[in-house]
Amino acid sequence: MGYNAFQILKEGLTGNKGWRPAWRDPEPKSEYDVIIIGGGGHGLSTAYYLAKNHGITNIAVIEKGYIGGGNVGRNTTIVRANYFLPGNSEFYSHSLKLWENMEQDLNYNAMHSARGLINLFHSDGQRDAFARRGNMMVNQGDDAILLDREGVRKHLPYLDFDNHRFPVYGGLYHPRGGTARHDAVAWGYARGADQLGVDIIQQCEVTGIDVKDGKVRGVQTSKGPIRAKRVGIVVAGRSSQVAAMAGLEVPIESHVLQAFVSEGLKPAIDHVVSFGMGHFYISQSDKGGLVFGGDIDFYASYAQRGNLPMMEHVMEAGMSLMPAIGKAKVLRSWGGIMDMTPDGSFIIDRTSVEGLYMDCGWCYGGFKAVPASGWCMAHLMAEDRPHEVAAKHTFDRFRTGEAIMDEEGTGSQHNLH
Amino acid sequence: MRINCPLCGERDRREFYYMGAADYLDRPAEGDLDGIHKYLHIRENPAGVTRDLWHHEAGCSSWLVIERNTSTHEIHSVTLASEVAK
Repeated sequence: MGYNAFQILKEGLTGNKGWRPAWRDPEPKSEYDVIIIGGGGHGLSTAYYLAKNHGITNIAVIEKGYIGGGNVGRNTTIVRANYFLPGNSEFYSHSLKLWENMEQDLNYNAMHSARGLINLFHSDGQRDAFARRGNMMVNQGDDAILLDREGVRKHLPYLDFDNHRFPVYGGLYHPRGGTARHDAVAWGYARGADQLGVDIIQQCEVTGIDVKDGKVRGVQTSKGPIRAKRVGIVVAGRSSQVAAMAGLEVPIESHVLQAFVSEGLKPAIDHVVSFGMGHFYISQSDKGGLVFGGDIDFYASYAQRGNLPMMEHVMEAGMSLMPAIGKAKVLRSWGGIMDMTPDGSFIIDRTSVEGLYMDCGWCYGGFKAVPASGWCMAHLMAEDRPHEVAAKHTFDRFRTGEAIMDEEGTGSQHNLH
Repeated sequence: MRINCPLCGERDRREFYYMGAADYLDRPAEGDLDGIHKYLHIRENPAGVTRDLWHHEAGCSSWLVIERNTSTHEIHSVTLASEVAK
């Protein structure tokens, strides 16, 4: 069923009785050409692009829970391409272009909103770094505008400009950045993949990966064994455990990242704003809630709930930047498991097992990468060679030290990212 | 989360700096490139009981080996790293 204005009108006049489930709920077959473990945004987009770009449609996406129930349904929904380092910048640039065409491509309203993103800076040194970053973004064909203090004031008049400790010197404005409805992205890709013939199997847990003579043969699941010659592991927070099923050790430490939503307010914050002097970023959802977050909790955890010190830190940073939000009540908070790599950048690569691929290590930035991650993982699995915009994102980069993509410049060590 | 430092007693988590897996106590031999790669980057990363190193940065400055559960945030034991490394 295609979604369009006529359909909405017709259903509205006939009691909305004609809507059908957006994807099938099939039982797994005994064999597929490709199995994708993980039905999050990245797994679903991988399946979708495998079918659409490479013509491989005999695919199963196996999800332990339900579609859109993991990190893709629990994040701060920011979409942007303001990266700096070669390796990352072209990847996210590619991703943003896919975002801009996604809704037409999927015939699904993901509520993608290019509302503009402003990264504030608070010192001369930070301004220089952002000017350089902006030049890099413009050179790769994306957009960036360096705003001075008055330029920022025009866009964000509600900031505390008189703060002596953290004066606002200006901001790097990225007009094409913005937000999207997070779980709609998962649903859109699920529907798109399903229409191309992909089986999305929910409530099915992978319990083992069958490897024989160094080649992958299939997986064991709670619904029985399924054979496949190519298997992709796309499981974010559970990357270490699923990789271990195939005897692999990965350079990942899992951490919790918290985020918060306030009660619904009238439209107040038009952009996505990030505070350069304390890790804090904020936007307002279409329902009116302020959505904001900060750093990870900085110790390995699978608890899916955070701890109070980081919560306090985020609130303090928010209050320093925009005291006006102090009266808004926080309705809820959540913590997701982030698969952190030593350099803070992702991995899309083959493994030492033939036919087994991994897409992991998204750290705290997986949402904006959903389309390009699927695009590149599909390319890797179909052609058995990396896509050019993700070619540097290998497991090997930690051993060799080549192409380490340490965006923060802090070093490639687990406790720094 | 509160951590019971053997020297200072129970303190707020904010006094402590997280370093990472207690593997850091077992340095590989010089020239063992595979060992160094594993030591620096590869992690067991269990969803359950783990051992890691914390620094009592805003307290007595000692290094601690903490055994805790990553799924529940429960802390099972806190030992001075100097005793573990003996």
